[in-house]
Amino acid sequence: MATGGVAAPAARRRLAGVLLLLLCLAALAFPWVDRLPYHRDLVIRVFLYAMLAQAWNILAGYCGQISLGHAVFFGTGAYASSVLQMRWGWNPWVGLGAGIPVAVALSMAIGYPCFRLRGHYFAIATIAIGEIIQTLAINWDFIGGARGLTLPFQKDSLLAFQFHTSKYPYYYIVLALLILCLLVSWRIERTRLGYYFRAIREDPEAAQSVGIPITRYKLIAMAVSAAFVSAGGSFYAQYVLYLDPDSVLPLSLSILICLLAVVGGVGTLWGPLVGAALLIPLSEFTRIQFGGTGRAVDLLIYGALLTLVAVFQPAGLVGLLGRRGRP
Amino acid sequence: MLIIPPPDVLVQGILSGILMGFVYALIAAGLSLIFGLMEIVNFAHGEFLMLAMYTTFWAYALFALDPLVSVPLSAGVLFLVGWLTYRGIIRRILGGPMLAQIFATFGLAIFLRAGAQFLWTPDFRQVSRAWVQGPVRMLGVSVGLPQAVASVACLVAFGALYWFITRTETGVALEATAQDRQAAELMGINTERMFALGWGIGAACVGIAGAFLANFFYVFPHVGSLFALIAYVTVALGGFGSIPGSLVAGVIIGVIEVLGGLLIAPAFKYVAVFVLSLVVVLLRPQGLFGKF
Amino acid sequence: MALLTVEGITKRFGGLVANHDISFAVEQGEIVGLIGPNGAGKSTLFDVITGYYRPEAGEVRFDGHRLVGRRPDQVNRLGVGRTFQKLRPFHAMTVLENVMVAAMQHQAVPSAARREALSYLEFVELADKRDSHARDLSTGQRKRLELARAMATRPRLLLLDEVTGGVDQRTIPTLVQLIGHLRGQGLTLVVIEHNMRVIMSISDRILALHLGEVIADGPPSEVVKERRLIEAYLGDAFVVPSGERLPSGESSRGNA
Repeated sequence: MATGGVAAPAARRRLAGVLLLLLCLAALAFPWVDRLPYHRDLVIRVFLYAMLAQAWNILAGYCGQISLGHAVFFGTGAYASSVLQMRWGWNPWVGLGAGIPVAVALSMAIGYPCFRLRGHYFAIATIAIGEIIQTLAINWDFIGGARGLTLPFQKDSLLAFQFHTSKYPYYYIVLALLILCLLVSWRIERTRLGYYFRAIREDPEAAQSVGIPITRYKLIAMAVSAAFVSAGGSFYAQYVLYLDPDSVLPLSLSILICLLAVVGGVGTLWGPLVGAALLIPLSEFTRIQFGGTGRAVDLLIYGALLTLVAVFQPAGLVGLLGRRGRP
Repeated sequence: MLIIPPPDVLVQGILSGILMGFVYALIAAGLSLIFGLMEIVNFAHGEFLMLAMYTTFWAYALFALDPLVSVPLSAGVLFLVGWLTYRGIIRRILGGPMLAQIFATFGLAIFLRAGAQFLWTPDFRQVSRAWVQGPVRMLGVSVGLPQAVASVACLVAFGALYWFITRTETGVALEATAQDRQAAELMGINTERMFALGWGIGAACVGIAGAFLANFFYVFPHVGSLFALIAYVTVALGGFGSIPGSLVAGVIIGVIEVLGGLLIAPAFKYVAVFVLSLVVVLLRPQGLFGKF
Repeated sequence: MALLTVEGITKRFGGLVANHDISFAVEQGEIVGLIGPNGAGKSTLFDVITGYYRPEAGEVRFDGHRLVGRRPDQVNRLGVGRTFQKLRPFHAMTVLENVMVAAMQHQAVPSAARREALSYLEFVELADKRDSHARDLSTGQRKRLELARAMATRPRLLLLDEVTGGVDQRTIPTLVQLIGHLRGQGLTLVVIEHNMRVIMSISDRILALHLGEVIADGPPSEVVKERRLIEAYLGDAFVVPSGERLPSGESSRGNA
């Protein structure tokens, strides 16, 4: 946020603080100002995807491990809370909480062997694992197989994680998730963890030479990332009340998550949010303009943007705003 | 849980697996050639294949050209696509961060797939009256003639590619560029041209494979995804940059795919392929034939 | 007891033997110069000691600990710091951040790590460059940055790979002086160096490698007379008569 140009650091910090406060107030007030359900739904999805992209950013942007299979953790969260609820009547909040350790354990099982692979190999391995897990889910009848699961309708209550007469609670729950994820990222940037992550991203072997156990720190990044994505998956299942392997486990979801972060600005605090705020509404807009999903105009733009950003602006769109210093 | 099929089914399965393996090998060889040259994975490789299949399909639908006739056309179009991709995109990200290297071609893949859907709708299309049709008997079992033709043609193309790289002057220059770019430049090789040529040839490989695949496979915007995934694991299994590695790995994967389908369940045939490749790559990160 | 002992290290790459049965010891407080023509196996030896390569045979002991089988980060945490021949700064981080990352091993809090890192930057005279990005430094500055980064892990033994390689002539005295200061702080050093004038002046002892084997080990004044060393450098067609000085290594060899 280098709007001040030559402003002193203290003044700039104050300005940034004021802007941040205004942003928070705007986010809190939004559902009361704009009461259109359609807009609210859109913003909920912007927040959800921003949170997922930021969680991916912790692993890929800060720590440099490019996972192309993050849908696996989204699906884990979505299935964990839903299956526990439908099979054993667990409370969805408990289910959300139970999904996180499952996703973290899964991320360790994937990360521990795969972190020995470098760059492209790691990315390809995560794609392959994503495909394996999606196929397994499609063929596993216990969790609904290819037909998916429809969650039972319940009366409105915070405890039941269902709100039909007023959707406001969904909005605030996902906003809280997003803010928590941003806070954790902000905290990571400013502690040893963040420095270690960046050193590993820049040069893993040099990082080892200064005493950083790189596999352990990659696993930490993976665990934090998977935990948030899993929570996002549980939220999604409760919000939509329907899930199947095609909606919560596809490669296209993994790619969408990366795409938002890369276009917005990888390795930055605000990049993923900016990416989601621009691209998710764009997708809605093109759907209205061109009708249905048939013409894929949004993907046309996404693809072009992704290539352009990767080639000409690797710092992402936020990199265009403030070239000096991180926000 | 294993289902043991009768021997003739097994033989037929393995034979068709080997036949498909040759097609995979040619697709993977293109990918491997490009990686060997500059350590970049072309994540749009599957979409290149999709373009080849559409080229073949439209040549058939608009000009009544049989897929066998459009092979050179498809190869030429794809050579151009590869060349242009290098000149327009790849040249600018050589030596750049890993992230840029991965997402530049990933973006292109999304763009091409969406572009195909935009221009030609998501409909499944097929070449309905091709010259080669129906079954043929090989080694006492029956396999599809289009599959057999595609397989033999891809093996021949693979051989031609290998001959080109190892026996011709240009091919040796390509190999030298792959070994050591600076040394190649000192020897007077125009490495910039070699890189573009590598992309052209790498894409032309899928140009040829795509034309033959159009003979017996539906053509639709997402058709490349599956083949691309198989190509990535093939190259990872064979060793990135190793052309002979892609042949061996292609055949292994073709056979595993069929056996996985026969012995476990058809739904799990790609799971079998991916699991096997992952295990190999984790035990031997350089792949079967990788140099490092 | 010696601080570092290398016992019968053998490292092969396929058919190539990079290190063959190498043994030597380094005493606390010593500066040992490691010399030898390109491809003699010097950097490989560093990689074996610091855990980047696992040798086929042999053991490395540091301060009573066996090092073979440990990961590079574990070796570093025991007190062995190193620099790389092909410099590897964290490019997208600032000079200060590069050193802070290393200092965080002992100072987990960034503000404390920053203070400690600054003291090392002052030591290598890079404090005024603290906010520059590592990629914008000259080769000489990067060498000093790597040195500061290695020092920030508070090692007792430092392995320096090519201190003056690729550095312009005027900067060499500064670097030599730095090494002198390091000794003053009680550090033990093993230094790979091609500039003969430099290595002869700073080392207490010289260890010469040729084709993966130790061909000379002794004080500089004696090692220069070693016939096998002269042959290794110049080829056996031309042997310098005794008493004459060896040419400075970098003028005769184009080192990458």
